[in-house]
Amino acid sequence: MLSNIALYGAIETGLIYGLVAFGIYLSFRVLDFPDLTVDGSFPLGAAVAAVLIIEGWNPWLATGCAVMAGMAAGAVTALLNVKLNILNLLASILTMIALYSVNLRIMGRPNVALLTEETVLTPWYDLDLAYHQVPVLLFIIVVFVALILLWRFMKSETGLAMRATGANARMARAQGIATGAMIVLGVAVSNGLVGLAGALFAQSQGAADVTMGVGVIVIGLASLIGGEAVVTPSTVVRALIACVVGAIIYRLAIAFALNADFLGLQAQDLNLITAVLVTLAIVLPGVRSSIAGKLSRSKA
Amino acid sequence: MISATDLRLTFGKGTPLENPALRGMSLTVNQGEFVTVIGSNGAGKSTFLNALAGEVLVDSGQIIVDNLDVTKLPTHKRAGRVARVFQDPLAGTCEGLSIEENLALAIKRGQRRGLTSAVKKQYMEKFKDSLSSLNLGLEKRLGDKMGLLSGGQRQAVSLLMASLTPSSILLLDEHTAALDPKTAAFVLELTTKIIEEQKLTALMVTHSMKQALEVGSRTVMLHQGEVVFDIEGKDREGLEVKDLLGLFEKQRGLEVDDDSLLLG
Repeated sequence: MLSNIALYGAIETGLIYGLVAFGIYLSFRVLDFPDLTVDGSFPLGAAVAAVLIIEGWNPWLATGCAVMAGMAAGAVTALLNVKLNILNLLASILTMIALYSVNLRIMGRPNVALLTEETVLTPWYDLDLAYHQVPVLLFIIVVFVALILLWRFMKSETGLAMRATGANARMARAQGIATGAMIVLGVAVSNGLVGLAGALFAQSQGAADVTMGVGVIVIGLASLIGGEAVVTPSTVVRALIACVVGAIIYRLAIAFALNADFLGLQAQDLNLITAVLVTLAIVLPGVRSSIAGKLSRSKA
Repeated sequence: MISATDLRLTFGKGTPLENPALRGMSLTVNQGEFVTVIGSNGAGKSTFLNALAGEVLVDSGQIIVDNLDVTKLPTHKRAGRVARVFQDPLAGTCEGLSIEENLALAIKRGQRRGLTSAVKKQYMEKFKDSLSSLNLGLEKRLGDKMGLLSGGQRQAVSLLMASLTPSSILLLDEHTAALDPKTAAFVLELTTKIIEEQKLTALMVTHSMKQALEVGSRTVMLHQGEVVFDIEGKDREGLEVKDLLGLFEKQRGLEVDDDSLLLG
């Protein structure tokens, strides 16, 4: 079984990936824009926050800058698509590749340690809580605030226009919605959330690393799809809750898999497990409905 | 008033598939007129509508909508003046959004959208009133997803959405063609009712000559990207499909070979 520390660790990382899943929900689901920029904007957020914290900035201000940097990266991807007519997937890959260099430039080296620095978590350790519970508490608050803000935004006039853009762009234009501007705004906000996740991840793990973004898109997608399988995303707020639930379930599943000695899995198997989990999450709902279909047919 | 002057548009210019869709198309529609547009396949009906809506930009010519030159404006910048119902009943609405959300999108057509709640309480009365005029019971299903409605119901809602806020012109692009005959008749009746009640200026493309003569106050026939005839008032009264065909043949010296025009 999981130790307490491993359990809280899984929830902590799960909450951070919940923010990533929010971003991926915005791009993949709301805008129907397959965006791989996140593999670059996650370490970008981490790099910006880490470097500014080392420079002596207030950690929340540094985190805010990480969000802005993520938004800028998202805006670049969207503009490549909207203004230069580059296929959305390719545009995001171009930005992702470019960000690898940008991130190295920002940090000046492949990684930056934050172990002795003051982070957003530092003041919270004064609370009467176990060491491994503190990040969970703070990240629950951050994720909750992000969820409420996103939910309100999706219900606003602009948010509704964004949802229409992704669902039926032709209709959206006919209603006077500038679909290009909506895509830029949406992909920017999406990557801003991922930048926030990166900044928080660096601060809770004590380092920013240029390779920490590898596979973030897959983990985010796994969280999104897994969450949707558990919480039916029939409304916006349910879809957002599904993101967080999915991310936490995903991290717990990984933690269990790695802790279950009889499976003989090791840390290096992580990406393989992720790929298998994503495949299952995509295939299982279809299998379930086809079984249900067969059952109801045989009854009739 | 809408005026289109000498519109020209060629698709695939300089390629073997070069296709001149509009060849000097001109048409003026006055305030309050309901014009039906007919023509065989490839006559340029849909292209003309798309050009008015802004979905395609013309190579040359000028489009003026209520004293504003919109020739170079993209669709979303014209939307405040130009309302539209598509041929595909699924195209005019968002199936993933609820009925009230779709109507809330339409009530802000062509206006700035802010960060206040999209579905406002003060809209509800208006939404319910207009939905109940359809007699489909939709006023009780405001929160239902659009995707749960049938094609005919969705087309009826599209029509409501297009007339929820004032426009300079309402474009109807064969909006009954994809429906079964009974539903098509219902949507057509609804169309004439809304246009009459709100005194809308409308342009309706149709594939059926019969329909073109039955509704509206003026009929225009397109052929090869131009207007071949334009009849209204006394000339149009009592006209039948065969008279239209006669007119067409006299104008062009051509036999009409598109069966669907005769059968429609």
